[in-house]
Amino acid sequence: MNAPGAASGGADAGTRPRVGLFVTCLANIYRPNVGLAAVTLLEQAGCHVEVPMTQTCCGQPSYNNGDLDGAAKTARQTIEAFEDFDYVVAPSGSCGGMLRDFPRLFASEPGWQQRARAMTDKTYELISFLTDVRDVTSVDAAYPHRVTYHDSCHGLRALGIKEQPRRLLATVRGLELAELADSEICCGFGGTFCVKYPEISGRMVADKAAAINATEAGVLLGGDLGCLLNIAGRLGREGGRVRVYHVAEVLAGMADVPGLGDPRRPKGGA
Amino acid sequence: MEPLSHAFKERSIWALQDETLQVALNRAKDGFAVKRATAVDRLPEFEALRDRAVAIKDHTLENLDHYLERYADAVERSGGKVHWASSAEDARRIVVDICRASGARMITKGKSMVGEEVGVNGALEEAGFEVVETDLGEYIIQLAHEPPSHIIVPAVHKTRGQIAELFHQNHEKYGLTRKLAEVPEMVNEARQVLRGKYLAADVGITGANFLIAESGTSVIVTNEGNGDLTCSLPKVHIVTAGIEKVVPTVEDASTLLRLLGRSATGQDMTTYTTFTTGPKRPGDTDGPEEYHVVLIDNGRTTMLGDQFREMLRCIRCGACMNHCPVYGAIGGHAYGWVYPGPMGSVLTPLAVGLKEAGNLPNACTLNGHCAEVCPVRIPLPDLLRTLRHREYQLRLGLKPMRWGLAAWVWFTTHPRIYRLGTRVQARMLALLAGRKGRFRRMPLAGSWFRGGRDLPAPQGETFMAVWQRRQRGQG
Repeated sequence: MNAPGAASGGADAGTRPRVGLFVTCLANIYRPNVGLAAVTLLEQAGCHVEVPMTQTCCGQPSYNNGDLDGAAKTARQTIEAFEDFDYVVAPSGSCGGMLRDFPRLFASEPGWQQRARAMTDKTYELISFLTDVRDVTSVDAAYPHRVTYHDSCHGLRALGIKEQPRRLLATVRGLELAELADSEICCGFGGTFCVKYPEISGRMVADKAAAINATEAGVLLGGDLGCLLNIAGRLGREGGRVRVYHVAEVLAGMADVPGLGDPRRPKGGA
Repeated sequence: MEPLSHAFKERSIWALQDETLQVALNRAKDGFAVKRATAVDRLPEFEALRDRAVAIKDHTLENLDHYLERYADAVERSGGKVHWASSAEDARRIVVDICRASGARMITKGKSMVGEEVGVNGALEEAGFEVVETDLGEYIIQLAHEPPSHIIVPAVHKTRGQIAELFHQNHEKYGLTRKLAEVPEMVNEARQVLRGKYLAADVGITGANFLIAESGTSVIVTNEGNGDLTCSLPKVHIVTAGIEKVVPTVEDASTLLRLLGRSATGQDMTTYTTFTTGPKRPGDTDGPEEYHVVLIDNGRTTMLGDQFREMLRCIRCGACMNHCPVYGAIGGHAYGWVYPGPMGSVLTPLAVGLKEAGNLPNACTLNGHCAEVCPVRIPLPDLLRTLRHREYQLRLGLKPMRWGLAAWVWFTTHPRIYRLGTRVQARMLALLAGRKGRFRRMPLAGSWFRGGRDLPAPQGETFMAVWQRRQRGQG
């Protein structure tokens, strides 16, 4: 990987930034491989990665369902776990965006608001952290497939993530990117939206699946597991052959496990 | 109009199953978004214009009383009359009284969303007047006895075939009996019918896109020229407008006009932009003898004083709904009141109450596309989230959701139990899914599957467990 300190090995932890990995509840439960891929990419970018064991959820379920007090309780947990790191990094634009919104939860608690602001100032989504903060310009990975990419809404609109993953994907050997029509249109996940209004959500993800199929790509990539679970669920229901991975898995050269919702391999496997 | 927003869920499912509606929605889907993007790309100063528009609107709202008084004074100076309506009921009564006093029988109307909001048509018809909508889209839905499904293209939900059928049924009485198939033929036939109405009308009612305080002028934009005929041919012209429509100067109005057409239909300017100031003066060759403006509050001053003030910046361009994937899937009628889409999901609960319209702010993925295109930068997703908060505080949401959220918060603030619980969950789901790697159904999770999708299974171990093992291995 082409980044400052990339080849320095593990000896000089003192000069490397300490990054707290906010793994996100979906990666923790559904896809540990995404967390491992994030660790690999961050270490290749010269970071010292730690995973606080007291981390849980970003609080978005409460925040987006109107329970702001509940969201603030969960946020305090996260702030306490992460405020001492040089950086906080999440392999998700949605959870990363939520962490950036923390100061809003403490409008009437100046002390906590200050702590929240101090933490959010150093909070990033994984891929944009690699490119924008660590100046990573290439990765050392091969993935000889035609892929397409879905821009998850929160990463795109709250954090401005658009070119960053494409720039890194362009350096993956053998990878061919076929752009998705309407890649900026929501897939219909929307957190609890997808179970509160499943029929509408189902229509939206069916439209997304049709656009993916039209690219004739064999693989769909994205930066948010919520969207990817939704899309993989739809593609699986249709019996299609498109496989679904988090972009970090491909960039880290770790997309050698079954994709989201793919049949488990007979022996081993994650 | 009686709100039907409480039935949003049922109505949205009907909409998804209505094949004709889906044809109409699919046809309209990309058109506006692409046209807007093209128009915006052609105008390098578009972002700067948006900033100016926000500044104009915020300044005006901050000093709304002052500019409304200036506007009213200017209207009176030009010979017009201003009426203040604090509620929808007031507005209906005022309009009916003006029409009665003028001895009117026939009334033509230009498109007015605030007219729909307060229910002007119903009140006039009840009072015995013949009311004819002159905007082609409004005319179509009037024939169909339906409310608008979009704020700038009210009949966007209708297919060409449905419109041909409506004209066939309703134009027979004018001796127009041929069944039409082509759009230009239909437009011509509607024009022919409406021409007679313009000439016969005693009162013309229009809305207003902007009210200019310095001159007492009202501005409307149309593409059909129906607004001009409605406000200049009858003896009496009534302008119905929400109080947030006022802007200080003609310069300000033109800044907003540059954004309006581009955001709405991708037009640099609409075909007609009509400025009307007062009644006909001595020596004028045409114009109405009476000029009335009904300034409607109907909840707007409440919004001015609470967290929803930014919503009063809205210039009713429709860009938010043109870019909303939920609106694109279900159309406007599912929302159950006058204003659909993102802006409607904020306005409707404020107007008819969260108990009636609580679904609207929730039926949104918070994807942010609406805020991205809003010409006056209204933070629509934030306002929708604020409404969800209000709903939560009022305990109006579903109880199981409330309990679920409380349980989740407890779980997330007890990290040891969280780690253990997620570890069990990941393991169990992976075991239950087996080799297939995904679920086709699952007890208690029916909602996910009602969306026509499988649920991918977890890999089996949580990340935290893997990481702890790895750390121990290293240590």
